[in-house]
Amino acid sequence: MAFVPLTSDERQAMLKEVGVGSVADLFVDIPADVRFPHLDVPPPLTELETVAKMSALAAKNQHVGQLACFVGAGYYNHYSPSVVSHLMGRSEFYTSYTPYQPEVSQGTLQYSWEFQSLVCDLFEMDVANSSVYDGASASAEAVLMALRIARRDRVVLDGSVHPEYRSVINSYLDGRGIDIATSEVSLAEEKLRRQPILDLIDEKTACVVIQQPDFFGTIRDLEAVAAKCHETGALLVYVVGDPVSLGLLKTPGGWGADIAVGEGQGLGLPLQFGGPGVGLMTCKQQHLRQLPGRIVGQTTDHDGRRGFVLTLQAREQHIRREKATSNICTSQTLLALGATIYLASMGPAGLKQAAALSHKRARSVADQIKRLSGYRVVNDGPFFNEMIVICPTDGATMRHELAGRGIIGGYPLGREYPGFENGLVLCATERTTNAEIDRLLDGLREIGGGR
Amino acid sequence: MDPTDRRYTPEHEWVKLEGDVAVVGITHFAQDQLGDVVYVELPKVGERVEAMKPFGVVESVKTASDLFAPIGGTIAEVNGQLESEPQLVNDAPYEGGWMIKIQPDDPAEIDNLLSAEQYADQVAGSP
Repeated sequence: MAFVPLTSDERQAMLKEVGVGSVADLFVDIPADVRFPHLDVPPPLTELETVAKMSALAAKNQHVGQLACFVGAGYYNHYSPSVVSHLMGRSEFYTSYTPYQPEVSQGTLQYSWEFQSLVCDLFEMDVANSSVYDGASASAEAVLMALRIARRDRVVLDGSVHPEYRSVINSYLDGRGIDIATSEVSLAEEKLRRQPILDLIDEKTACVVIQQPDFFGTIRDLEAVAAKCHETGALLVYVVGDPVSLGLLKTPGGWGADIAVGEGQGLGLPLQFGGPGVGLMTCKQQHLRQLPGRIVGQTTDHDGRRGFVLTLQAREQHIRREKATSNICTSQTLLALGATIYLASMGPAGLKQAAALSHKRARSVADQIKRLSGYRVVNDGPFFNEMIVICPTDGATMRHELAGRGIIGGYPLGREYPGFENGLVLCATERTTNAEIDRLLDGLREIGGGR
Repeated sequence: MDPTDRRYTPEHEWVKLEGDVAVVGITHFAQDQLGDVVYVELPKVGERVEAMKPFGVVESVKTASDLFAPIGGTIAEVNGQLESEPQLVNDAPYEGGWMIKIQPDDPAEIDNLLSAEQYADQVAGSP
């Protein structure tokens, strides 16, 4: 049978129905000069020429293999055992996807289930889904989930949640009539000041979104926030900063989180120019029905053998359409596999060691920067592996100057945090060497001395 | 024949006045069509419901369906037992499987709904 998607009669009928004369008329809102732009494309190249050209272009890239990396801000240059990339690269895994008849691929389901189990262990939460796109979308999905559970229309965001995550949350909530209150963070007399988040939480609040370690690397006591949430009936949405920090820190579950999410890239996955990552998403048992995304369950077949299924699918869009828990999510299966291999090969002891080393290196950076004239570390509490450094000049200039010295010099805060124009968030991990730290300090001294 | 002490909606809910509150559940036919019920999502006490607007979702191993309020009013009680024992909807749709109790705005609204006989005719006519 021939597949004819559309006859010209049908096309005419549809155009008539919507009241336009031609298909071109559908595009009149787009300015004519950009509607069919002339593309100035060079003449074709041979394969050999193309490879040469692209190789020359690729050689211009600079990466953490060549540069000293002191930036984190959501993506971390952690150590990854070679077994992670080796196994992930196997063709059985590399083309994986949760198939449309998922149960035929028991292997895929099993490692997704292992992933969920490990994420539950890491976060000390009851249930995890098999991942969403990334940390930002996991955070936004968590807020939507909290709004459904609490049936309220106010969201409180802590100002030290990753600014990009807050931006995605704001996009997801746009047009829903939700009242979003964001606590203010400011710099006064070279000290970090925070508007008390407790003052923003009331009986109308569906959820409070906090990040730990926060965007500045600070580790905070969350007991009062958790208590206030539970007293007012709001859900505590907990965004894990660097997941490796959980090798040392109290877990989201330990703090009383109702929904806990995070970016999983730090778990042995490459930086890959800032994405794709893998969104970790967990919740308490009683909220399971509102958890979006795919969930793999363990079961037994009719012969009593262990098997795996996609379970609780009535939450999902192929069953429930417009009432689905999400219409914009999928699992990042390959990267979830990478995180699974990482966690399995590091084990609790290895993860703790990586976290401790990462923290130690960051402490060393902070201690030495504090002794430089013109620089200050202004975190308002203990930090994990990131810190805010106030520099003698603006953060963007600092980053540019450091880049000229082969150093990726942190995340400038000025754009998202007014008043922090001279602020840089610096990060160190277990991969940071003493020689790299020396290079950073030399760079800072030179740039600072010239002012 | 479904119980004659209550009224029915074309969407397969039943409603029965008990004193001044209206008890709501789904019919035997509905639970049979759904198959094993695994979850019932119910509103909160004090929420408003409107006649023939969704008040919750019933989820079975096969599908998820909206639940429609037979009459308008305020939620006076929900069947908390369904949280741990959703199969009550299958086992006793007209008794232990009830879902919500509504404080009706106008109890007379119930009289506009289908009688057991009319509902049986509707079910007999459905494919």
